Amino acid sequence: MSTSTERHQFTTLSRLLHWTMAAMVLTMLGIGVTMVVSLANYHALVSVHRPLGVAILILVVVRFVNRVLNPPPPWPATMGRAERLAATAAEFTMYGLMFALPLIGWGMLSAARYPIVLPGPLRLPYILPHDLMLYAALRKTHTILAYLLFLTFITHVGAVLVHTLVVRDGFLKRMVPWKVRPPEPALPTDPVRP
Amino acid sequence: MSTHPNAPAGAGRPRPRYAGTVARVGLIGVILAALAGAFAYLGGWFTPDDLTPARFTDAFEQIDGVHPGFRRNHAKGVGVSGVFDGNGQGARLSKAVVFRPGRVPVVGRFSLTGGDPYVADMPDTVRGLGLQFSPPDGETWRTAMINLPVFPVRTPEAFYERMVASEPDPATGKPDPARMNAFLARHPETAQAALVLKGRPVSSGFENSTFHGLNAFRFTNSAGDSTPVRWLMTPAQPFEAATAGAAPRDKKYLFDALIAKINRQPLRWHLVVVIGQPGDPTADATMAWPDEREKVDVGTLTLDRVESEETSAATGINFDPLVLPAGMAPSDDPFLSARSAVYSRSFTRRAGEMKPPSAVTPADVEKGK
Repeated sequence: MSTSTERHQFTTLSRLLHWTMAAMVLTMLGIGVTMVVSLANYHALVSVHRPLGVAILILVVVRFVNRVLNPPPPWPATMGRAERLAATAAEFTMYGLMFALPLIGWGMLSAARYPIVLPGPLRLPYILPHDLMLYAALRKTHTILAYLLFLTFITHVGAVLVHTLVVRDGFLKRMVPWKVRPPEPALPTDPVRP
Repeated sequence: MSTHPNAPAGAGRPRPRYAGTVARVGLIGVILAALAGAFAYLGGWFTPDDLTPARFTDAFEQIDGVHPGFRRNHAKGVGVSGVFDGNGQGARLSKAVVFRPGRVPVVGRFSLTGGDPYVADMPDTVRGLGLQFSPPDGETWRTAMINLPVFPVRTPEAFYERMVASEPDPATGKPDPARMNAFLARHPETAQAALVLKGRPVSSGFENSTFHGLNAFRFTNSAGDSTPVRWLMTPAQPFEAATAGAAPRDKKYLFDALIAKINRQPLRWHLVVVIGQPGDPTADATMAWPDEREKVDVGTLTLDRVESEETSAATGINFDPLVLPAGMAPSDDPFLSARSAVYSRSFTRRAGEMKPPSAVTPADVEKGK
């Protein structure tokens, strides 16, 4: 499955997963930071936070498998070795956090014996023993990792914007939801430059 | 930018090459700052005066001191356990498994209001009963009730205001009556509830107290019909008035009596569901529903075992009133969500702390046998 389009763009499935999860994770971080300071809206927000977390946990596994099966398109020539390494590290940090955060959330609710109720008749089993100290430690970890994910997200957006707006190497085209025609090899990378 | 409006295009000094780059870098900075700012806004960083679960919990700690490992409210208590025998009458109101005919294990906790886990038992102190119903093949239900027929405040904000207004003045050691009067002037519903509460008969102990759920909920049966409800636990033990006047000799007399009584014979309560009618307030726990509302006895709670917090399973439970099975849902009362949020914060704080021995010790429980 390597058409000329997909060699310079992520596959359709990869792009679909990326943007769906981007929206979900951003919503999740927003709900998380809001609900801990909410009184009247706390319950409504928690009721979205838990099932959304479970959905992210499932999708991140799908996404990781997809990442192994469908490697990304080649890096643009504007990226040096160190930057490529950093970008890959950031990518896997985000996978790790998107996997760890819901799992820790599930674990901490288990240790506190809060029922983990999903919409409909579904409910998740407890994956850890009833232990308050364990709950407290996981609850703290959940917050710290959530801030770390937000930080990684900001860095990711910043890096992509620098490439797209400053270096102007068409970096974002690799991931935009629509199909982009491959660049003509003869075309200079930066039309502003003489 | 610097060019005159009438100047021909391209005239004047050529724009430095890096100007566009600087503008773009600036734009990126603005975008990232906006993202971070939006999150800081959602997290309440720009509104530090907003009432949050943390500030609520801080207020309990400020008034009664920080007692590591203990609940920030209803700090003094003992664990109990037993069963709930549903008689099936509740099934027409709610599809919750707990209301089917049959037996459900229960873990609970009797407590006294306030954040001091070593407070002396007094007849007037509000008594609490937290319960967890765990049907083996159904969802958990938790409820936290108190022995008041109406709640003194309508909103979480009023609860906080009242708490602050009743805080002792450091100069006199007593609450400032002017602050409380100002609060009551702003909250006539609290003054109204206070009249009801002033005339209430206070029972002699935990065992003959009626415990009220207070906030309204919505029950949904298997046909999908939704009903506004409130519930209460009415004791099978006969009412006996608390002795008025003289302060009790023993700081634990209420708990000692509970331990002695539960060891003599199991204690029973009837779970009574009150069915609301259109127009009955569901978002105002300061107002009782009319007496003539239909009341359904849905089963009997039997508590036959009492334990110190040191060993009781209740110690690890947050009696969050919004841990509800399918068939039960919160009403439109914003107080329920606020309770859930503050209970959760209190639970998280105490969970990570080493708890010293509770006031009612395993030896106290042993002595009562």
